Amino acid sequence: MPGEKLRLRVLTPGHRACQGCGQALGVRLALERVEVPFIVANATGCLEVFSTAYPYSSWAVPWIHSLFENTAAVASGISAALRALGRGEVRVIALGGDGGTADIGLQALSGMFERGDDVLYICYDNEAYMNTGVQRSGLTPPYARTTTSPAGRVRLGNVRPKKDMLSIAVAHGVGYAATASIGYPKDLERKVQKAMGRRGPRYLHIHAPCPLGWGFEPEKTVEIAQLAVQTGLFPLVEIEDGVVTGVRKLPKRLPVEEYLKHQSRFAHLFTSEEGRKAIAEIQAIADANVARYGL
Amino acid sequence: MWTVLEGSVAIAEAVRRCRPRVISAYPITPQTHIVEHLARLAADGELDAEVVNVESEHSAASVVLGAVATGVRAYTATSSQGLLLMAEVLYNIAGLRLPVVLTCANRAVSSPINIWNDHQDAMAVRDSGWIQLFAEDNQEAVDLHIQAYRIAELTRLPVMVNVDGFVLTHAYEPVDLPDQEEVDAFLPPFEPKVRLDPDHPLTLGMLAEPHVYMEARYALNEAVLGSKEVILQVQREFQERFGRSSGGLISVDAPEDAEIVFVAMGSVLGTIREAAESLRHRGIRAGVLKVTCFRPFPGEAIASALRGTPRFIVLEKALSMGSGGILANEMRAAFYERDRRAEIISVIAGLGGRDVTVAQIEEVAQAVLQGERGPVFLGLDQRLLAREGTS
Ligand SMILES: Cc1ncc(C[n+]2csc(CCOP(=O)(O)OP(=O)(O)O)c2C)c(N)n1
Ligand SMILES: [Mg+2]
Repeated sequence: MPGEKLRLRVLTPGHRACQGCGQALGVRLALERVEVPFIVANATGCLEVFSTAYPYSSWAVPWIHSLFENTAAVASGISAALRALGRGEVRVIALGGDGGTADIGLQALSGMFERGDDVLYICYDNEAYMNTGVQRSGLTPPYARTTTSPAGRVRLGNVRPKKDMLSIAVAHGVGYAATASIGYPKDLERKVQKAMGRRGPRYLHIHAPCPLGWGFEPEKTVEIAQLAVQTGLFPLVEIEDGVVTGVRKLPKRLPVEEYLKHQSRFAHLFTSEEGRKAIAEIQAIADANVARYGL
Repeated sequence: MWTVLEGSVAIAEAVRRCRPRVISAYPITPQTHIVEHLARLAADGELDAEVVNVESEHSAASVVLGAVATGVRAYTATSSQGLLLMAEVLYNIAGLRLPVVLTCANRAVSSPINIWNDHQDAMAVRDSGWIQLFAEDNQEAVDLHIQAYRIAELTRLPVMVNVDGFVLTHAYEPVDLPDQEEVDAFLPPFEPKVRLDPDHPLTLGMLAEPHVYMEARYALNEAVLGSKEVILQVQREFQERFGRSSGGLISVDAPEDAEIVFVAMGSVLGTIREAAESLRHRGIRAGVLKVTCFRPFPGEAIASALRGTPRFIVLEKALSMGSGGILANEMRAAFYERDRRAEIISVIAGLGGRDVTVAQIEEVAQAVLQGERGPVFLGLDQRLLAREGTS
């Protein structure tokens, strides 16, 4: 943007992300404003795959990928080594997808939180295992269709609610835990700044729509992300030392259909009576979010 | 300095003298005493290391991975189920060419669950790209750890020092612990060429597609094979500085004209040496070939040793299910590749802590001299098998 301070390059262009990838945008929004030196530990997933096909790397910062489920532990090791080296000025940021964070990597993440390790862990939530072809994760929303929770004649897609990662982080006593969305870049950047202003374990959960996996046109990524927030389905919340300190209010809240109708993963809900009931249930989830956080 | 120490404490004291800056492990018997001792040293300010108490072995291996990638010396230890849980990370560490040093206090693998010693755990990860060394006694365990850091850092390969659980880790033996200054002179500070550093950004752990993956794996294999030279060089340097021979690839203790030679790894060699001596007293020309380094496999050294010996009894504490003795089979391959003919009789022994006695070993030798070709499962309880069946 004209007049803006030149941004530190983190994820340089030329990588292989799909058009409209919410995650690629999310990385840039999250990391480009971080002015202190840092090291990135990245879980297996789309981000790792699209940014580092040998011999090309898009990363202009020191970056390591080890495995799918151990990113929080690798980050802990980096942080311990930096302590040993007396390089406290260098920070550690871990990046993982929803599957790598909430499912297979949850144990390592819990260990990292509990030990109080000095790491900002960022989860990119695109609500499924995208890298392996859109399978259901513990963060896939109810009634979304994925390849392992298909919508069929007797089932309407995924049956379970999203795992509440924010509460899980807070229950570990994490000093700073927040949700953000690529649809609200200023809010996202501000939260990263705030998180980087503290030490110890911190958790940032970023909603990052996926055009391919969710079934919408690539130019709609930001709009879809905003609709998730505006319907109350993805509340933007900030929790510091266990206390809710920031909530994005929704004075003009939209009905959940406004969000669901753009995405083919929910298309089956609009063609049957059962689908209508499912939409009512999804609306109830949004209403509960509003009540819970006072949106 | 000579002291009588528990094996675990001796190992921990050796590791301490290597000055690791990050230590991460998860409790499992019989490895635990090693890291407990290191934690005590750190708590008393006698060891300047970050101790990261993780929630699993998978994370312990991942923590040392991250630490070494950031440029510091690190240490971890485990056994059995812990090593198997680490397996994914062990392959990753080797592929990333990170010089991690790990102690495996060797223990049987479940099921049935059993905490006692055998080598099945180490054998399960033999193809991962780690150098694998086996200690015969606690002095060698001490020496191999000091050598391990030197080998790892020279080759940019991870090294696993295998020490028999309980038999060595919990045994009190006199050991000569080198002074800190001596170890410092032998093991210079860790100065990795590749490290995560904001001043020189690097990408580690990239995606390798089919047109490059094979070359990466080929290069790793070449590095592991090439480490034999370094292992021998470090053995020589160690002998020069500390005045005793330990480490290396193999060592042979046999008459020139040995008619029967035992091959083994680890603490069982003590029992085997006694049996060989007793056989020699009875006129049987028996000898011992010790395999200290299992990976890289010293096929050339083994096949060119004892050229006149017609039969070898390979006694090992592990088994490839559906195939047989692993060391025996690798030895057969090494002989075959070099057109050497000898009888190689596989003896599976000591699984899950089953005692291996001098008398049993002598009996096996006698049986082999009378035509037994194996495979032999030493000391099987036939009554138990008859009662419970095998299928
Ligand atoms: C132990 C292990 N199990 C499974 C996989 C296969 N795998 C690689 S990426 C991935 C999905 C990643 O999903 P997520 O974490 O949500 O990230 P995304 O690709 O959606 O960004 C899976 C299942 C793996 N690499 N390792
Ligand atoms: Mg995902």
